[in-house]
Amino acid sequence: MNNRLKVLRAERDWNQADLAEALGISRQSINAIETGRYDPSLPLAFKIAALFAMSIEEIFNPGDAGTG
Amino acid sequence: MIGNAGPKRRYAIRLAILMAVYLIVLFAAVTTFRSHSVSGPAAFVLALAPALPVIGVFWAVMRLMVELDDEYLRMLMVRQTLFATGLTLGCATAWGFLEQFELVIHVEAFYWAVLWFFGLGAGTVFNRLTVGTGVCVP
Repeated sequence: MNNRLKVLRAERDWNQADLAEALGISRQSINAIETGRYDPSLPLAFKIAALFAMSIEEIFNPGDAGTG
Repeated sequence: MIGNAGPKRRYAIRLAILMAVYLIVLFAAVTTFRSHSVSGPAAFVLALAPALPVIGVFWAVMRLMVELDDEYLRMLMVRQTLFATGLTLGCATAWGFLEQFELVIHVEAFYWAVLWFFGLGAGTVFNRLTVGTGVCVP
């Protein structure tokens, strides 16, 4: 799963800690999601989308994982 | 750590209480058995007493897993505990056969619990090697 989280965060001049605080999760989680090492649950994906006022599809795309 | 300070603090408090109880109960049991002042059903109860706070630690670890708000850290902890459990069961099974064929010495069963706790620590290394993050949970 690919995502634009790092870009969206940078556009708002937020660091990982800022985003983590806004979402109520750990900075490690943000780092793992941004680097593609962890795919968030659907509730967390919705929470991230709501924070950026975007749809989930605008932030996350399945990449290779969605082609099978 | 956001959203996880409460669960971790509760875990630390539970762990401290359980370890204190363990030390007290173990001392009482050893002292009593050495003085040969207990027998029958009471001996069984006293012998089992030190196991209860150790079992309590297993419960505390599982409670932390349930109470962690952060799904990523919870996933890391699940991996840690699965690693520890697999390591312990694997070693216990292998050792059991080695012992059965009298190739190794007898090991007291409670040492497998010690190995499980060691496995939790090793699980952090396992996480770092496999998912690139070795955040120690707990």
